Amino acid sequence: MLPDSRGYYGPYGGRYVPETLIPALNELTGVFQREINRREFLQELDYYLKEYAGRPTPLYYARNLSRRYPGLKVYLKREDLTHTGAHKINNTLGQGLLARRGGKKRLIAETGAGQHGVAAATVAALLEMEAVVYMGAEDMRRQAPNVQRMNLLGAEVRQVRAGSATLKEATSEAIRDWVASSDYSHYLLGSVSGPHPYPLMVRTFQKVIGEETRRQLQQQEGRLPGAMVACVGGGSNAAGLFYPFLEDEEVELYGVEAAGLGLSGVEHAATLNKGRAGVLHGTRSYLLQDEWGQVSPVHSVSAGLDYPGVGPEHAYLKDIGRVTYEAVSDEEALRAFRLLCRCEGIIPALESSHALAYLEKLSSSFLTSSSRVSSEIPVVVCLSGRGDKDLGTVSSYEEERGGENE
Amino acid sequence: MSKRCGMVNGFPDCIFTGVFHFPGEGKLKREGAASCSFCCCTGGGSAPAENRLEKTWQSLRREGRTALMPFIMSGDPSLEATREHVLKAVEAGTDIVELGVPSSDALADGPVVQDAAGRALAAGVTPQKVLEMVAQLRQETEVPLVLMCYYNQLLQAGEGGFIREIRKSGGDGLIVPDLPLEESDGLRRAAAEESLSFITMVTPLSGLARSRQIAGAGSGFLYCVSVAGVTGARRNIPVEALEMLKTLREITSLPLALGFGISSPQQAREAAGYADGVIVGSALIRGMEGKSRNERLEFIETFLASLRSALGPG
Repeated sequence: MLPDSRGYYGPYGGRYVPETLIPALNELTGVFQREINRREFLQELDYYLKEYAGRPTPLYYARNLSRRYPGLKVYLKREDLTHTGAHKINNTLGQGLLARRGGKKRLIAETGAGQHGVAAATVAALLEMEAVVYMGAEDMRRQAPNVQRMNLLGAEVRQVRAGSATLKEATSEAIRDWVASSDYSHYLLGSVSGPHPYPLMVRTFQKVIGEETRRQLQQQEGRLPGAMVACVGGGSNAAGLFYPFLEDEEVELYGVEAAGLGLSGVEHAATLNKGRAGVLHGTRSYLLQDEWGQVSPVHSVSAGLDYPGVGPEHAYLKDIGRVTYEAVSDEEALRAFRLLCRCEGIIPALESSHALAYLEKLSSSFLTSSSRVSSEIPVVVCLSGRGDKDLGTVSSYEEERGGENE
Repeated sequence: MSKRCGMVNGFPDCIFTGVFHFPGEGKLKREGAASCSFCCCTGGGSAPAENRLEKTWQSLRREGRTALMPFIMSGDPSLEATREHVLKAVEAGTDIVELGVPSSDALADGPVVQDAAGRALAAGVTPQKVLEMVAQLRQETEVPLVLMCYYNQLLQAGEGGFIREIRKSGGDGLIVPDLPLEESDGLRRAAAEESLSFITMVTPLSGLARSRQIAGAGSGFLYCVSVAGVTGARRNIPVEALEMLKTLREITSLPLALGFGISSPQQAREAAGYADGVIVGSALIRGMEGKSRNERLEFIETFLASLRSALGPG
């Protein structure tokens, strides 16, 4: 089972961090491996996931949406209905409880869209820990409501102005903080990236998404899904949804990256589609970079996907062909966003809208594949978060578009 | 400083060349590699002329001096400026120069070095261009030049191939701040093949067993990080750093260079009581920020001279 003991998924993963962090990562790996097999810890985590975060989340058959996609029976895994409104809480609860058992008093987190920052701040308040959240200045502007939430929850939000002032820089700052504070701080990384054991640990805390989905679809359909779709920035909701199905080869898995303004230019964040192997934030994976290994600036309308790296396990799953990674543009994501609002009464996060947008392509490919048209195929889309935080972005995008049309 | 062959302590490789040989055997296992003249091994002939790092430590030892080791970011604000900075630093009594290769994502660096890297990248500096400057400097000075380069830059430049190019340009050593022991096997071997010193880093958090392994894996000198933190000037050298140096002295015969946070002559003097070399980076960069060419050169001269006199004569 991957990763191996050094945190490798094939050639990807590992620990590319300053020496100062190695003892901290060894300590964290020890605590994680000890607690994850303890009934007491698992019961505590289950309790909070159920009573506090509101799990299990529904697997909702989106009847109206399905009518738009002949041949597909679309199910939405409603992570947007968890407390704080995104799948991020699964991981922050897990790591927060782990940090407390490891004797840490302070949580450090990075955030892009703010969903992970809010989830980290929430858990810090719940577990009576201090929280410091690093966030790019550009993201603080785009996701102002989440900054307010974090402040209300008692977290200190530290603005990062370096570089493109988004998730990449926020992550670097969070790691630098941890380099200096690992004896009393836990670094609560929000995705399946970073040095070992983070990709493994975050996947472990997120796999509840896929495990519930499997059980729920069994109850509703009595079968496995034909395909599953999730958006991929760092890749944590996709890892959580896919992991319990990796061995079921009949289940097609699709990860959807941000094509931004289009894959032909440079303004996208489609790491697996356009990047090549490199090292960023402690892990070896695909990376959007220039010829000399300097990390490229990236773009997506969705702050949560605006990241030049990706989790190492996704790099591996791409190379072995188990998961197909596609990309969807800002425009297509916004269209899917509006469609779900109107036809199902659900406002999705712009990140999740990328997964929704892929249904169009999936539907046409399923239709052309003659062996599959006999009956409707259940397809699961991970609705990883709710879209309230994106209202500002959507309306300003529409204003710009309106301006162009006039 | 105790002088023992690394092998006596159970280390597999010669501490300077990174090449395996038996202590006292009097013959190196690999032809053409430098002898381990720093340890108890009776050696296999004299060191090749190009092993500047080793020669420098030998003469420092003989003269009982502590090495002054400035960190200079290549290309801040231009590569021509860096060349002048290095030559001026040598004039001011520098023993070993650490040359930064700029990276957009320097996890071990504080804001001052990050900003310097940002200026260098804005000036279009690439690892290749840094090596061109090293080659030019090599025509002008015999000072040992050690490159500090983050792993992704090395990886994209071709690892082993790039190491050959470093050696060819006249570079003497390599530090990769985000490549811990566990990930460094391949690069370490490639460096050993080219007789390029591979400098490893140890911190006060590393612990005895791990420090022993890190020292055993390195060559040239041991980079001792004074604090759990990123680069940047600090008011005091922590007690743990001095404790760490005392411990390391017992477990390795590599020269010990202390870095991270040292910014004043007083700190340098304090460090000199325990370390064989003192690395100064952020304080030097900050003193040059936004200054004219002449002001920068003047600052290098006076600042390094003040450190030099604190460390003992040059």
